[in-house]
Amino acid sequence: MNNKIITPLEASNKVKKSIAKRRAKDNRLKLYGRVAISLAVCFLLILFYSIFSKGYSGFFQYYVTLDINFDRERIDPKGDLSDNSLFDGEASKIVNESLFSIIQPQGRKAKKQAKKIVSSGKDVRIAKMVKNDPSLFGTTTKVKFALDDDIDSFLRGYIKRETPESERRISNKIIEYIDKLNEEGRISYEFSDYILSGSASGNPEMAGIKGAFIGSMLTLSVCLLIAFPLGVATAIYLEEVAKKNKITEFIEVNINNLAAVPSVVFGIMGLAIFISIFGMPRSIPLVGGMVLALMTLPTIIISSRAAIRAVPPSVRDAAYGIGASKLQVIFHHVIPLAMPGMLTGTIIGMAQALGETAPLLMIGMVAFIVDVPNSIVDPGTVLPVQIFMWADFAERMFIQKTSAAIIVLLGFLISMNALAVYLRKKLERRW
Amino acid sequence: MKKTIFMAGIISGLVVTSVAQARDTLSLAGSSTVLPFARIIAEQLGKNPNFKTPVVESGGSSVGKKGVCDGVGTKFIDIGNASSRMKSKELAYCEKNGVKLTEIKVGYDGIVVANSKKGIPLNISKADLGKALTAEIPVNGKWVKNPYKKWSDINPDLPDIAIRVYGPPTTSGTRASYAEMVNQKGYCAKDKEAKAASVARGDKKGKKCRAMRTDGVFIEAGEQDNLIVQKLNEDTSAYGIFGFSYLDQNSDTLQGAVISKTAPTFENIAGNNYSVSRALYYYVKHQHIGVVPGMKEYMAEWTKHWGDEGALSDAGMIPMPKAERAKYKAAMTNLPVLTAADLKK
Repeated sequence: MNNKIITPLEASNKVKKSIAKRRAKDNRLKLYGRVAISLAVCFLLILFYSIFSKGYSGFFQYYVTLDINFDRERIDPKGDLSDNSLFDGEASKIVNESLFSIIQPQGRKAKKQAKKIVSSGKDVRIAKMVKNDPSLFGTTTKVKFALDDDIDSFLRGYIKRETPESERRISNKIIEYIDKLNEEGRISYEFSDYILSGSASGNPEMAGIKGAFIGSMLTLSVCLLIAFPLGVATAIYLEEVAKKNKITEFIEVNINNLAAVPSVVFGIMGLAIFISIFGMPRSIPLVGGMVLALMTLPTIIISSRAAIRAVPPSVRDAAYGIGASKLQVIFHHVIPLAMPGMLTGTIIGMAQALGETAPLLMIGMVAFIVDVPNSIVDPGTVLPVQIFMWADFAERMFIQKTSAAIIVLLGFLISMNALAVYLRKKLERRW
Repeated sequence: MKKTIFMAGIISGLVVTSVAQARDTLSLAGSSTVLPFARIIAEQLGKNPNFKTPVVESGGSSVGKKGVCDGVGTKFIDIGNASSRMKSKELAYCEKNGVKLTEIKVGYDGIVVANSKKGIPLNISKADLGKALTAEIPVNGKWVKNPYKKWSDINPDLPDIAIRVYGPPTTSGTRASYAEMVNQKGYCAKDKEAKAASVARGDKKGKKCRAMRTDGVFIEAGEQDNLIVQKLNEDTSAYGIFGFSYLDQNSDTLQGAVISKTAPTFENIAGNNYSVSRALYYYVKHQHIGVVPGMKEYMAEWTKHWGDEGALSDAGMIPMPKAERAKYKAAMTNLPVLTAADLKK
């Protein structure tokens, strides 16, 4: 230590000398911050660019327009429009006949190849149309059908004409037929009606996210209904009611520990408790929601407690001062003031739950599920699982569909976060 | 307070019991190689308005074989998919849990070693391929860690580049079949030196050779075959091990290695000329037939599509010869119980 006493002049000189250095330090700090933020923004932009540039084409696909003769005898043999009757009908054959009348395939083999041009969902499409509008029977109407995924990839240019025939998935003959259809102006590139309203499918041209989207909604609602009341109640109890002793301390420490447990562990617990002991079925959103609720509980409890702690003691004292009971203080004053913080915590917890696949793996929700779940006890899957599964399928067209599904998931997440921001702004009170 | 807790207990009890009733959706799990084919069949069955579409989970062959054997009751899966045959150990686990199974073979799948078309095509014998990836190889009669760094170290005719192969993890039936067919049967049981050394360490059949290298030359890329395909497109000096259907879908960018003078083509695998191919199975739990609706219909649906020109061969599965198809079609109605003796055949 230098204990020499310095004069004020010396002191101010010293300060003057060091000012430039300190300013430079300040500026450097600012610069580092800016670099960090611009790097993050840069990565975000790259991510968005790569997803959107690949994904937007996933919302579109190629269709072929065919003239369909809606012959009731053949489409609906029993005449009662029931699922069974339509299933027995010959809708696929009618579509093939209409296609053949345009491209004129010669011989059995050529016909067999030509049949694959139109997606195998053609009969379902016709069944849906006549169910919605039985007056179609007896008319000949132009109907758009999705093209098979190989043809779609060809029209997009992923399968190239120059590639030798043996190495590409579609033969020269098919290309000839496609050219013919194109000349007649029957092929169009439009917004896909499968991506949003279709369900999981092995045929990429018919695959959509409806099933997974609804599964996600159901799972999240179960999760919210369990996690929010439990989490808030726990937080209130620990902050306002419980005495501070060894036991509550122990509980607190463990809640914090739970927040750091890897999510797959909750899945194993769900399998052991809900499925093995309670005997609940696999793959249902109810179990999924319960597992995710366990996972989000710590997040909600911790943020709710922070929100309750942020309510100034003066509010409580004032309430007690005019004779409010403990219950009245909590429910009339503390909770309304802490609500924005609690809601923000909950929504962030939900957003985290929305993106989870690992805990769902154990309870059978990582699966190929075609039927759209109608209730929380029907088998269902969720959006991230759908993305994960599509990413693995061999067919080319799933690449675009995967990106499209990611865009939907991102949209879902952003709107949830926007809701959190809105609620906070709306309910926030300053004191 | 006590009352509310009591009521809450009753309500949650009711919810749990009402949910834990019989399942009306078929539940399948297992091999990711069988999954694309099983999902085609599941979807076809779901078109029938009388049945719900079965739920098909992935997870790897071991998950399918273990899952179906876990026990009887609707909380367990009904059918396990596998791309490698059940082993007697796995069957013993089944019997311990009182599960009776019928084995249905559905077709074949070739395992290919492929790389990008921009890379050097591989033309390799099975023994050399085994030498490249087996964890330990004999040098002067002693087992040492596999020393080969480049393909050309094994055989001067092979490309002069570092050995780097992406492949599936241990839970995968593709991996198990590959290790058995290439490392064990193609190399340790064929190569004179390796055979002698195997016998010397009391491993007559060369089963110890099934271990793959763990020194970074063989890279586990997860159950996702598509990931391997993408990596090969980016890394043109690497090779990958996966099912034939992925090569079939990507035939414009990838080339399959010629193994023991046979190229991995549909015709060669179907004609049994290509030696690295395995059968695909599913295992049906007897106790669930008639309990979960659609089991029999699901099985029958396979017979409609597993032919030479059916939807399954279009998706890359190699069909069985006619006689075998007839045999397993009969098994679907007779439901012979799988025994340890059957597995030895």
